[in-house]
This record gives sequence, structure tokens and C-alpha cells, in this order.
Amino acid sequence: MSFDPVVRLADVTRVHGDGPQAVSALRGVSLDVAAGELVAVMGPSGSGKSTLLNLAGGLDLPTSGSVVIEGTPLVSLKAADLAGLRRRHVGYVFQDLNLIPSLTAAENVMLPRELDGIRAKQARRDALEVLTEVGLAEVADRFPDEISGGQRQRVAIARALVGERRLLLADEPTGALDTPTGDDILQLLRARCDVGAAVLLVTHEPRYAAWADRVVFLRDGEIADSTAVPLKSAR
Amino acid sequence: MAIRQGLLALLSQGPRYGYQLRAEFETSTGATWPLNIGQVYTTLSRLERDDLVSPGEQDEQGRVVYTITEAGRAEMERWFSTPVAQADRPRDELVIKLAMAVTARADVRPVIQAQRTATMRTLQELTRAKRANAGEPAQRLVLDSMIFQAEAEQRWLDHCEAVMAASPQTQETQR
Repeated sequence: MSFDPVVRLADVTRVHGDGPQAVSALRGVSLDVAAGELVAVMGPSGSGKSTLLNLAGGLDLPTSGSVVIEGTPLVSLKAADLAGLRRRHVGYVFQDLNLIPSLTAAENVMLPRELDGIRAKQARRDALEVLTEVGLAEVADRFPDEISGGQRQRVAIARALVGERRLLLADEPTGALDTPTGDDILQLLRARCDVGAAVLLVTHEPRYAAWADRVVFLRDGEIADSTAVPLKSAR
Repeated sequence: MAIRQGLLALLSQGPRYGYQLRAEFETSTGATWPLNIGQVYTTLSRLERDDLVSPGEQDEQGRVVYTITEAGRAEMERWFSTPVAQADRPRDELVIKLAMAVTARADVRPVIQAQRTATMRTLQELTRAKRANAGEPAQRLVLDSMIFQAEAEQRWLDHCEAVMAASPQTQETQR
């Protein structure tokens, strides 16, 4: 078994724009997420949470520092190879779920597999397997507007999980769900971690962040604090 | 303290021994409120004095089974139907600490940050306990309550930070 992190950010800086208008979104952030680990990122808006998530998933590249996914440094990759690596290794769940309304739940989940060149029959088998895992086997052939918000959220997670992807990036995956439904989503992410996935979760809700093994607080583009090292309570 | 009414609620399910009441109290509250057996017997003897419970005969092992009375049921129902007053809760040291830090013109940011991390650790522990007790609805609700309270504290800390960042006092210290 390897103890290499699934994703490693080393001294990552991201500057948007240049000259006097340049804004540092992230400043010297280092963060590893290992297989089996759920890490939550918290911080006020503008603290760099989404930038961090985009960099960790190879959707954006750092101005300086390095990002390594499954042992591959992203900086050396050609655009096509980067896209392939993202498709094979990284699953994304965004606040805006981006489910395609004219496709059924199963077809939405099949899509990334088909893009990988998997035959439709196999892609459907993979999709049904992961939909069953998230408890949605019975709505596989329904359209997004025929299922509840919590179910749509789980379809988006199933789509992020399908195949052999071990890195899951989630930006506010509990959206506007009520607490018991939001708990179900976290339960699901947690279960994936327990079978070896690495999950990086951005949330502004402390009760969901609390499901993580480690909570990292971002402030002005830097890691201000983390629950990794236990401190003595002074209260 | 609600031990008195809590014991009445358990006895409303049927007669119980003292040690049984203690175990059930802890199960219902998710072991977040441990009772010692002395507290249970002291409370039972006060309930008996007030005619809210009645003890049975001692059995050969010296154990006494307690039964709720009509007055006891009325007391329990009164408790369920009366909201808890905010003033009945203890003062919060954290609130006083932050107010004093502001008054003393100390740098409030590190106080807030240290507390936020500590409170998040508490939230993580509570969430782990909740996952471990997934099947028990009473325990789950007790843990959820503590989770919501810790979360409220977390939100309040964020609020304090934002208010202090915008206050002239902070801008003065940072100048």
C-alpha cells in the first residue's frame, strides 16, 4: 500500500491578473489529501477556497508551486493529457450540479465513462452500480426534474464517483438541502473515504465540515489554522 | 436541573428500579449527562416526599421498585408543556472572555481563531459520536442539539471577527 497522497499541493500561489491590478488568491498553500481522508476547507468568501479546489483538481494551474495528482505533477502535462488525467482520476461535485436535464439519472452518470471511450453497455453497468451505491437504483431512469433535490445531489455525486476515480472534489455539495438530507450526503462522502477515496470538501457550514478528518481554515489566501494538531483547550 | 422531571418521564413508561433509571437516563441522553447513583436516589426520595412517585416493597436483594403517581404524571406533562427560559441557562465564559478582550483592547483575532479551531474539534468529536450511534433516535437528537449549539458558536465567532475587523478600534491598533 502506498502512503503517497492522492493530491499534493506544495507551496502553491495563484495570482489573478498582473501589474498593480494583480490579486493573490492563494499565497504559499501546502496541503496533502491521502487516500481514505476527508479534508474540509472553510473560510469567508474571498479567502481562496474555490481557487484551492480548482487547483487541486487541475481545472486551474498555480502561478508558482506544484500540484501533484496520483503521482503526476500537473505542470509538465500537455493540455490533452491534463484533460485525460482529470477525467480518469478526479470527480467534481459543484454547487451548481450541471446535470443535463434531457438525460436520465443513469445517462448523466454514464457520460464521463462514455467520454473515456467505454462502450455504452459497460458504461450503463458502471452507472447502475454507483447509483445503487448511493441508494438511487430505483430512480435511474428518471429525469433530473422528476426527482428530489437530495436525489439530484446524489446523482451528481454518483457521476463524480463513477469509474476508478479516487479524488473527489466537492464545492458546497449540501447546497440548500435540509440537515438530515445534508447529513446523508456527508455519510456518502464519508463511506467513499472509508473505502479509499480522498475527498476535499469546501463548505461554509461547520456542521458538515465536522464530518472531516481534518478541517483547514483559509484566510486571505493562506492557511490560518487546521484541526490537524490537537491543542489544549483553554476554556 | 431536569433530573427530577427526566426520572418522572422514564417512570411514565412503567415501574423501574433506581439503577435502571440511571442506565436509561444515560442511554436517552447519549451519555452526555452522566448521573451517579447517589443523585438518582436523592432525587427519588425527594419525588417520594412530594408524592410524585411511590416506592414498592423491598425485594430480597434490598431493591425498591418505584412507580409514578397521578401527581407525578401531571408534573411531567407540565414540564413538557413549559418552554425553557433563556435565563435558566448558565452564563457563557466565552462571551465574557471576548467582551473582556475587546474592553481591554487586546488583539481579539487570535482569541477568536484559537476558539474556532477548538470548537471545530468538538464538532468533529460530536459528529463521530453521532455516526457511531446512528440507530438511537434519542441519542442522535441530543448530539444534534450539541452540534447545532457548537455551530452557533462557530457562526458567532465569524460574526465577531467581521465586526471587529470593521471597527475603528481594530483599525487603530493595526495602524
